[in-house]
Amino acid sequence: MITILYFAWLRERTGLSEETLALPDAGMTVADLIALLAARGPGHAAAFQNRRTVRCAVNQEFADPATVLRSGDEVAFFPPVTGG
Amino acid sequence: MARILVSEADFDVGAEIALLTAGRTDIGGIGCFIGTVRDAVPQADAPVVSALTLEHYPAMTERAIGRIVAEAERRWTLLGCTVIHRVGRLAPGENIVLVLAASAHRQAALDATAFLIDWLKTKAPFWKREEFIDGASAWVEAKDSDDAAAERWT
Repeated sequence: MITILYFAWLRERTGLSEETLALPDAGMTVADLIALLAARGPGHAAAFQNRRTVRCAVNQEFADPATVLRSGDEVAFFPPVTGG
Repeated sequence: MARILVSEADFDVGAEIALLTAGRTDIGGIGCFIGTVRDAVPQADAPVVSALTLEHYPAMTERAIGRIVAEAERRWTLLGCTVIHRVGRLAPGENIVLVLAASAHRQAALDATAFLIDWLKTKAPFWKREEFIDGASAWVEAKDSDDAAAERWT
């Protein structure tokens, strides 16, 4: 299982702050996960519509589309940050 | 050594400087940046923002700030450092962020302060949502100028 977190407008569009997912196969990357999630429904499709505006962290570290996921990972999706 | 805090509560700049310098006589300069909520947006002449809400990724935020501070400590000889970032709903004029960097000399203190706020803006997981006086609200979009400011340190 992996835990998926959504922040800011990704949370609003998916309607979820958190969900869990059984990892379908070993070697799945962040890009693979995005493709899988985007097909889950209209809210998810809207959240991942423009993938250039989606950032990802795996286990609280910034990750990129090629990052490979493992069972137990916490994967977070969010827009480019705007703090400070 | 660094003091890192994410909090809904406001900070007291004088008290934070006193905490940073308590019992020390080796500090020659302290750089200070305070970010505050403004009510204007670049596209409008008149005040339009009525509030700002800051969301963050609690499990990641302090760790991400810690990495940024560690990078500043690697680049400059710092004698102390404070980063306080507020979250929650803030009104125009309220404090958002405090960065203090102490060093023996001004150049390191000032450069480290600028570095810390530039990297905080692009590498720490905070998101701002603006509320407008007409009742609308929108997520603040990341600016290319912020990316450029962060890039100048690489």
